[in-house]
Amino acid sequence: MPLSMKTRAERFVATLRHCQVLGLTVESANDELLTMRLPYSQQIVGNPATGVVHGGSLTTLMDTACGTAVFAMLPGFELCPTLDLRMDYMQAATPDIDLWAEARVTRIASSVVFTQCEVIQRRAEERDLIARCAATFMRIGENMTPPEFRALIEQGGSQ
Amino acid sequence: MSFDELLHQARVTGDFQPLVASIPYAELIGLRFQRFGKDVLFQLPKNDDNIGNPILPAIHGGVIGGFMELSASLHLLMTMETLAMPKMIDFSLDYLRAGRHQDTFAECQVWRQGSRVANVAITAWQAERVTPIATARAHFLLTR
Repeated sequence: MPLSMKTRAERFVATLRHCQVLGLTVESANDELLTMRLPYSQQIVGNPATGVVHGGSLTTLMDTACGTAVFAMLPGFELCPTLDLRMDYMQAATPDIDLWAEARVTRIASSVVFTQCEVIQRRAEERDLIARCAATFMRIGENMTPPEFRALIEQGGSQ
Repeated sequence: MSFDELLHQARVTGDFQPLVASIPYAELIGLRFQRFGKDVLFQLPKNDDNIGNPILPAIHGGVIGGFMELSASLHLLMTMETLAMPKMIDFSLDYLRAGRHQDTFAECQVWRQGSRVANVAITAWQAERVTPIATARAHFLLTR
C-alpha cells in the first residue's frame, strides 16, 4: 500500500535533525495544503525583552513546510534542494502561542517546484498572519536520492 | 540585567558579547562573532543540532537563513546608530551550494540606511569567501 501524504511528510521531517530540536510536527497533509506546527519555546526567542521568537525560527518553519509539501506531493522520493526563499514578516509573533505554517505547492514543473507558505497564530477566533513566504525548489531527479534516505522514508524510524 | 540595559551597555562599551549571549536563538544555533575595527565577521560553528538532511550531511537551510538574519540585525546594532533591535521587514535568500557540516561564516554590507529603513546584503561561505553558499538581502525597520 502506498504511504499516505501525511506519513511521507512525517517521515521526511523525522530525518531533519534541527526540526527535532525545534519540535516541528506535521499536523496535516493533503493535495491542497500541508500544515506544520512550531511550538513556542524559550530557545527560539530572539528578543528576551519581549519574548518574541526570532525570525530565523520562522525561516526554518517555512523552509521546512514548503520543502515537506514538495516531498509529499511529488510522485517519487525526490530530495529537492531549496533554490530561494522570499519572506515577508507582517507582524511580530505573540509570545507563548504556537506558530502554524500552511504550505501550498503552486506548480510542479520538470526542473523546478514553486511553493507558497503562510505562518499564522490562532488566538480564540482570531487568525493572525505573522509571515508569508514564496520558495522555489530544484528537482534533481529520483535517481539522485540516496538509497539510505529512501529506506528511511519507506520503513520509517528517525535518524 | 535587562535586555535593554545590555543593549545600552553594549553601545557604550562596544562589547556586544553579553548582549548576544542573552539572545536564546543565538545560543540555540551557536552564533559567534569577531570584530575587526568597523568590520564584523559572524561565525556559525559546526553543530550537530543544526543539521537538516543527515545523509549528506548538510546544515538545515532554515538555520543558514536564521544565522544570516541574526547576523544582519546584529551588524546594524554594532555599526549604526540604532537604539533598539531592528525589525526585519523582509528577507530574500538565494541558496548557491549545500551548507556542509562544518563552520560557516557571514559578513554584511549595509547598502543604504535611511531614516526608517535599512537595506542590508549578507553573504555566507564555508571554505572560501569567493564561493559563497548563500547570499541574501534584507530590509529592516529602524526605531530610534
